Amino acid sequence: MSGNRAGLTAVPARGLFLKRSRFAGNRGFLVLALPLALFLVFIGYMFVYLFHNGLGVVSWRFLTQPPVNGMTQGGIWPCIVGTVLVAFVSLVFSVPVGILSAIYLSEYAANNFVTRGIRSSVRSLAGIPSIVYGLFGVALFVNAFHLGLSILASGLTLGLMNLPWIIATSEEGINAIPGSFREGALALGATKWEAIRHNVLPYAFPGMLTGALLAVARTLGETAPILFTGVTYYTRNLPHSFMQKFMALPYHLFALATQHDQIMKVRPLAFGTAIVLLVFVLALDALAFVIRMRVATANRWQV
Amino acid sequence: MAEDKILVEDLNLWFGDNHVLKDVGFRIPPNAVTAIMGPSGCGKSTLLRTINRMNDLIAGTRVTGRIVIDGKDIFADDTDVIDLRKRVGMVFQKPNPFPRSIYENIAFGPRIHRMGNRSDIAERVKRTLRHANLWDEVKDRLHDNAFSLSGGQQQRLCIARCLSVEPEIVLLDEPASALDPHSTARLEELITQIKQDYTVVIVTHNMQQAARVSDFCAFLMLGEMVEYDRTERIFTKPRDKRTEDFLTGKFG
Amino acid sequence: MLNLRRGADRGARVVFLLSSLLSAAVLLGILAFLLFYGVRTFREASPLGFLFGTQWNPDAYGEPEFGLVPLLLGSFLTTLLALLIAIPFGIASAVFVSERLKGWVRVTVKTLVELFAGFPSVVLGFFGLVVLAPFIGHLFHVAFGLNLLNAGLLLGFMALPTIISVSEDALRVVPHSYREAACALGATPWITATRIVLPAARSGILAAVMLGFGRAVGETMVVLMVAGNAPIIPHSPFDPVRTITSTIAIELGESSFNTTHFYSLFALGFVLFLIALGTNFLAESLIKREKRSFTL
Repeated sequence: MSGNRAGLTAVPARGLFLKRSRFAGNRGFLVLALPLALFLVFIGYMFVYLFHNGLGVVSWRFLTQPPVNGMTQGGIWPCIVGTVLVAFVSLVFSVPVGILSAIYLSEYAANNFVTRGIRSSVRSLAGIPSIVYGLFGVALFVNAFHLGLSILASGLTLGLMNLPWIIATSEEGINAIPGSFREGALALGATKWEAIRHNVLPYAFPGMLTGALLAVARTLGETAPILFTGVTYYTRNLPHSFMQKFMALPYHLFALATQHDQIMKVRPLAFGTAIVLLVFVLALDALAFVIRMRVATANRWQV
Repeated sequence: MAEDKILVEDLNLWFGDNHVLKDVGFRIPPNAVTAIMGPSGCGKSTLLRTINRMNDLIAGTRVTGRIVIDGKDIFADDTDVIDLRKRVGMVFQKPNPFPRSIYENIAFGPRIHRMGNRSDIAERVKRTLRHANLWDEVKDRLHDNAFSLSGGQQQRLCIARCLSVEPEIVLLDEPASALDPHSTARLEELITQIKQDYTVVIVTHNMQQAARVSDFCAFLMLGEMVEYDRTERIFTKPRDKRTEDFLTGKFG
Repeated sequence: MLNLRRGADRGARVVFLLSSLLSAAVLLGILAFLLFYGVRTFREASPLGFLFGTQWNPDAYGEPEFGLVPLLLGSFLTTLLALLIAIPFGIASAVFVSERLKGWVRVTVKTLVELFAGFPSVVLGFFGLVVLAPFIGHLFHVAFGLNLLNAGLLLGFMALPTIISVSEDALRVVPHSYREAACALGATPWITATRIVLPAARSGILAAVMLGFGRAVGETMVVLMVAGNAPIIPHSPFDPVRTITSTIAIELGESSFNTTHFYSLFALGFVLFLIALGTNFLAESLIKREKRSFTL
C-alpha cells in the first residue's frame, strides 16, 4: 500500500510499472525540483564561500577595535556601534507608531473609505524602493527638519521603511487572538481600550516582538536609506550624540569593496565585515523563529 | 450471481489509528445500480473512494484486503492507478466542474488520455453531453463558463465529464445531496438510464432514493457490511435486525 | 471614575487613529516631496529632454543633459534579465513546493526561502563582485565582469523568493475539489498541477511576477556594486549599465543641494515611485481577482 513517506504526499507513488509509458508520473514532477535545488545550492555555496574567506579575519580584536591605518587594518567596532544605534532609533520610532496603527486597523477601524485608504497606503509603502526612502529622508529629515547628516535622520528614515512591515506583523499578531477574549472582558463591563489592553495585547506581544525582530534584521543590512542621511566613511571617534554622523556595517562593506583605494588589500576585512553582518541578521531571524515556535506550542488557543 | 464486476473481500481501512472499514466484503454486479446506504459517518464514502483508490491521496491511510475488478486486484503492485481511475469514474457530492468552459470540462479527460484528435474529441463531447441529458440545454453555450450552470446542471456536467473517458464503472458519492428535488429527479432519471452501459455504485444516506434507483443494495453500519442483496429483498425482508431498524427509521 | 475610563477609551481611539493616519501622511509626503523637488528640474532642463533624451550627463560642462532613457533602459533590461531567470525558476519551485511537499520538509523549504528574502543586498552585491564578476570574465572571455549580465543574474536571485512565496500562496488558494476531480478522471499529479491548478491560479501567479518585478526594479546596492555603472545604452549583456536606482545612489552625494542636478535625482525618484506603485497596485488587484474567481 502506498505508505506515507515523511514529507511527500501520499499520492500513489508505488506500483507504477506503467502499462503505458506515461512519463509524466512522478518523474516529471522531479524536474520541477531542479530549479529549487539549484537555488538552495547557490545560497549554500555563497554562505560557505563567504565564511571560508571571512572567518579567519574575525576575532575579538576585529570586533572591538576601530579601523586604523587608513582602514587597512584594525576592526569594525564603530560600525557595529553605529548600526546598533541607528537600528535603535528606527525601532523607537516605528514600533510604537506601528503597533498603535495596527491596533486601530484591527480593533477600531470600520470598513470605510478612510480605512481602505490607510490600508492601501500601508501596502504601497511596503513596495517603495529603499533609495526613494533615502531621497525622502534627505529632503525631509536632513533638510526640512534641519537634522543634518545624523544618526537621527538615518534612524527616522529607516523607521519609515520599517513601518509597513511592523504594522503588518503586529496586525497579524493581534488578529490571531480569538474574539472571545475581548468579548469576555467587554461582558464584564470593560471599555474597549481596557479590553484590548488587558486581554489582547499581552497575548499578541510575542507576535509583535517577532515582527520587530524581523524588521531589525532587515534594517541592519539596508544601505540605501542611510547613504545620504548620515552614514560616513570614517569617523575618528564614536558618536556622542544622535546628531552626529556614524559608521555602519553595510556601508563599511560597500566602501571596502568598491571605494577604498587599496581594494585588494582590504578585501579580507571586507569578508570579515560581510560575515559579521550576516551573523547579526541570521541571529535575529533565528531569535524571531524560536519565539514564534515557542509561542505556537505554548498557546493553547491556537489550533 | 452473474459474473461480478467488482468483488470486495476482507477490506479493512485505517485513517491513522482510526479503524474506519472493518472486514468489509460484498459483490457488485455489472450493468446495474448498487446502492451503498447507511447512517451518516458509517464509512460509505470511504468505501466508495477505495474502489478507485482516491483514499491514496490522504496521508496516513492504510488498507488491507482485496478489491477485485474484472478478475484483477486493484491493490496489486503492478496496478496502474491512473488507468484504474480512467476505468472507474467518480462523481462527487458537491459538483466540482473545472473553472473553464463547458466544452473544456468534458474535453479534458479525453485529451489527457489521448483519445483522438480535435474533431474526435468534439464528437465525443457532443455524444457525452447527449448521454447525460444535458446537450439540449447547453448546445448553444458550450463555451460559457461551467459555473454559469445551475447546481443540477453542474452535477450532470460532472457526470458527463466522468463518462467522457469511457469508464466501465461509475461511482457516485451522494450526488444529489446538494440539489433541489426537481434536479434530483432528473439526476435519478439519468442514473437509471446509464446503467445499461455502465456499472453504477451510488452512496446515499436517503433510503427512499436507494429504493427508487438501485437494483442491489448494501447496508453499511459503523464500518461493517451488515448485509447486501437485491433491493426489493432488503427493503421487504431484511435478514439482519440492524437493517430492519435502519429501514424503519429507528436511527438515521 | 467611569467618566475617566470613558475618557481614556476615547482618547485611546484618537491616538490610534492618528497613528494610522501617519502612514497615509507618509505616503503623501513622499509623493509630495518627489514631485515638488522633481518638478524644479524643469526650470532648466526640458521635460521632453528628460523623458526622451538618450544621454545622461548632468555634469557636462556646457550643456548638461538629463535624458532618462539610458537609465530607464538599464533598469528595465536588468529587471528583464532577472525575471527571465526568476519566473521559470520561481513558478517551477512554487508548483513543486505547493503540490508535492508536505509536512516538515515543506515548512523547512519555505523557511529557507523566506530567510533568503531578508538577505542583505550589500552582501549579495559583494559576492557578485568577488565571485561572479571574475567567473563571467573567464567564462565569456570578457575583460569586465561588472555588467548587465551580472546584475541581471543577481537581481534574479533577489526576486526569486518573492515570486516563490506569492506563487505558492496563489496555488494554495486553488480549491482542493479541482485536484480531486482531475485525479478521479485519471490525471497524473503532473497533469493536475500543470493543466488544472496552475491555470486556475494564473492571476495570483501574475501578481507574484509583478511583485518580483517591483523588487528587482527597486534594488540599489546590488546594482551599484556589479552593474558597471556606465550611463549608456547597452548593446550586449556584457556592457556596463546604470539603473535609475544606482544613478540616484551615485549622484546624490555628488550634487549640491538646490541645483538642477539635485532636483533631477528627485525627478528620477518620482519615476521610480510611479513604477513601484503601479506594479504593486496591479499585483494587488490580480490577487483579489484570483480569490474572487473561486467563489463564483
